[in-house]
Amino acid sequence: MKRLESVNDFVIKFANVNGTGSASANNLFAKALFRMGLPVSPKNIFPSNIQGLPTWYEVRVCEQGYLGRRGGVDIILSVNPQSMAQDIREIEPGGYFIYDSTKPLDLRLVRNDITTIGLPLTRICNEKYKDPRQRQLFKNVIYVGALAALLDMDFKVLTDLVADQFKGKEKLILPNIKALELGHQYAKENFDCPIGIRVKAADKVGDKILLDGNTALGLGAIYGGATVAAWYPITPSTSVVDAFEKYARRVRIDPGTGRRNYAIVQAEDELAAIGMVIGASWNGARAFTATSGPGLSLMSEFLGLAYFAEIPTVLFDVQRAGPSTGMPTRTQQSDVLAAAYASHGDTKHVLLFPSTPKECFDFGAHAFDLAERLQTPIILLTDLDLGMNDNMSDPLAWDDSREYDRGKVLTAADLDNMERFGRYLDSDGDAICYRTYPGTHPEKGAYFTRGTSRDEQAVYTEKGEEYEQNMLRLLQKWDTIKEHVPRPEIIPCGKPTDMAVLYFGTSEASSREAVDYLARDGINLDAMRVRAFPFNQEVEDFIDQHERVFVIEQNRDAQLRTLLMAEFEFGPDKLKSVLCFDGTPVSARNIRKQILEHLPGNNVTPLHRKIRANGVGERA
Amino acid sequence: MSYQIPKFRHPGLPVNELGYTKAAYEGSISTLCAGCGHDSISGAIVRACHELSLEPHKIAKLSGIGCSSKTPTYFLGKSHGFNSVHGRMPSVVTGAAMANRDLLYLGVSGDGDTASIGMGQFTHVIRRNLNMVYIVMNNGCYGLTKGQDSATADQGSAGKKGDVNPFSAIDLCSTALQMGATFVARSFSGDKEQLVPLIKAAMSHRGFALIDVISPCVTFNNTPASTKSYEFVREHAEATGTVDFVPMREEITTSSRPGAAYEVTMHDGSVLRLYEDAGDFNPLDRRSAMMAMMNHQHDGTILTGLIYLNKNSRDLHDVLQTSHRPLNQLEEGELCPGNKMLVNINASLR
Repeated sequence: MKRLESVNDFVIKFANVNGTGSASANNLFAKALFRMGLPVSPKNIFPSNIQGLPTWYEVRVCEQGYLGRRGGVDIILSVNPQSMAQDIREIEPGGYFIYDSTKPLDLRLVRNDITTIGLPLTRICNEKYKDPRQRQLFKNVIYVGALAALLDMDFKVLTDLVADQFKGKEKLILPNIKALELGHQYAKENFDCPIGIRVKAADKVGDKILLDGNTALGLGAIYGGATVAAWYPITPSTSVVDAFEKYARRVRIDPGTGRRNYAIVQAEDELAAIGMVIGASWNGARAFTATSGPGLSLMSEFLGLAYFAEIPTVLFDVQRAGPSTGMPTRTQQSDVLAAAYASHGDTKHVLLFPSTPKECFDFGAHAFDLAERLQTPIILLTDLDLGMNDNMSDPLAWDDSREYDRGKVLTAADLDNMERFGRYLDSDGDAICYRTYPGTHPEKGAYFTRGTSRDEQAVYTEKGEEYEQNMLRLLQKWDTIKEHVPRPEIIPCGKPTDMAVLYFGTSEASSREAVDYLARDGINLDAMRVRAFPFNQEVEDFIDQHERVFVIEQNRDAQLRTLLMAEFEFGPDKLKSVLCFDGTPVSARNIRKQILEHLPGNNVTPLHRKIRANGVGERA
Repeated sequence: MSYQIPKFRHPGLPVNELGYTKAAYEGSISTLCAGCGHDSISGAIVRACHELSLEPHKIAKLSGIGCSSKTPTYFLGKSHGFNSVHGRMPSVVTGAAMANRDLLYLGVSGDGDTASIGMGQFTHVIRRNLNMVYIVMNNGCYGLTKGQDSATADQGSAGKKGDVNPFSAIDLCSTALQMGATFVARSFSGDKEQLVPLIKAAMSHRGFALIDVISPCVTFNNTPASTKSYEFVREHAEATGTVDFVPMREEITTSSRPGAAYEVTMHDGSVLRLYEDAGDFNPLDRRSAMMAMMNHQHDGTILTGLIYLNKNSRDLHDVLQTSHRPLNQLEEGELCPGNKMLVNINASLR
């Protein structure tokens, strides 16, 4: 057997039982590697359940800085007998299986092409701890200690981290360090340390931070000046509002009165949540909601109202696997079409696609400027992978000289100086009209907001030409919007090529990595990351400049590709789909494989055609 | 619409403390059916706001969808209005009220808008005790879609088509009491003398104030077999003790008559007087009010007037401890913590 050997380049997966405190121990492991200067990408793969079901935590370490999922697992750390058979099968040949050997390994599971390392975790815990809860919690810390020995981690980094994490709860520091030592010592005494896979301190993370996208979004809402948050709990978006509240409590308490400069309302459902956001925005406060797919569906009617009545609205959609309840704790990019065209009638919405926590923060704050400037819903589409996992990211920054763009709002003085106010009168030629907040002026500026057709003075009308004129103005506004939304990020490969990849959001890291792999295979691809809808001119130009564009996305129906074809009328032969929708983040290996299959000379039928031909498809 | 409201007003019309005649509180001309109860309610709203000397632009009027929800066009033309989506007015008002606590929020809804599609939002806005007046123009039917029974139609009642409603009715006042409403009243569009002081009292109440106004639909539900017809309501209404509302600015003695059973000082200093003319219960006691509702339902009579008032109401802003200054008036400097805090946050994430 050839053992896998590598330094600072591997994938480890922890197989745990949920509700046992494993996530914080696994996080300790990942963060220690990060502090050793190594790029890490931890992914929590958890069930929709509170206690007792299998849960996994995958950590990729990659000194080269690739942060997407690589695909494949080199080391499994298994403390969950429920999933052991599945876990052991997943290991790459030559890999390592580390397990709780208190109970002997079922002989049927033994693989001869991997290295098996038994740590009697339960036995050690039972000997050292009396309290059942302690036995459970420290088991996790003990295996982190053992890993430190097996992988040659800097033990001091771990102990320092424990001290930092329990700052304020000093009593917990020593017992945790003790548990780390127990594991470390056991591994040292019983195995040749390190194993073939090991780590070495490096200086590869610079000033980067490790942060989840939802916290970054919550902070973005704070910095963007949101004062009203209305929401209904739903995984994986809940922690957005949690983060907003955490920081609001810190920075939004009026020093004189102790009262709160924010209001958070937990609504009875998502319909009410978006209704509250619309009411607050109509009344001049910056407001937002956070939800996921099912919530977006429920919000559709109100989104149509906000589009048609032109009310600023900010919605953060942390996507999960649909349809319906789908896989609520798995990731996907599958709300693209539902968000872009949410609601009946002719509606279109502005979408933002952040791909890192830094961008969640930036776009999160910017969404409020855009909503008020453009007077329309802004839907920021992130996903579970970005939202709930710690992602390595550029640090957050705020330009203190920046000022909020509150859009076209008339003051009492403005109203006094104008002849006639018309809420839906396009006086600047950019199709964006002036609005007033209720209560501004005793005599002027009042108008009636409605979801029915109305004229430029906001008076109800059923005249076809007035309705049509208004709808055409909204379409003209759509063109104005293209100038305001973030432009795409284009990365030329530097060599002549007529092929490119196009991706958005969390498909970025794996796509970039796949492009590098393919370059080594002699296949050169330019790359473009789309950051917003409506698509700017650059998006169209880029696609035009290439013969074939692979559109990489994490859904079944190629939703971004559909959107591109609908908006630009590109043919299906030009845009080829690279899809991943199994609920885990797309991996670089998967993207590479699918692109190769698309290339001439590869006699492989794409999945969707195979399904059409045979009725039921096997995976291409 | 081709209708024009006449500009002419009698020169001798009384002005209120702000110097406004009633005309300052009117809206466009109504396009509802002639004789519609809703128009009387609009008139009562105009009168109440005028008599209270409210600044029209400091009122926001919001509604859902339906005949009732069209009425905000017909009153308070100087106020901002919002005709939202069916059954969802409460959430829009909640957001608006969070943004600016200094305006008076007047929600107008119907029985379809409230008791069916909007039942969820109706009950939840009550539990939150949002500071708003919620007027239901209750005619027991869907007028705008030609007369289908609504959820407040009484079992056994029949509208124009003649089909008898087989389902039990939702009583909005009882529901509101159950949900913890802090002001509950019922009135009749044909009784302005009762309705106007109730609207005034509701506007002075801090917290959620429901007025369920039975308002006959002359086109589809004013039949002899209907329990929401003018005739039936006139015959079966039993008023609670009559209500006098004395605004804070007036001397209490001017409009009072002797024999008040209860005198309640409202949040804004106004005084509400309740007389014991027909009341056989205590409207300041929730249990007593609920019992009275049940007794009247049992007897087949309609209890109108003030049904319940909680003097110690704490509204949503009190509960959430929001700033005394409206949130929509906070400046950027108060909202944005600046880059320095991010530097610290970044450091904690390494």
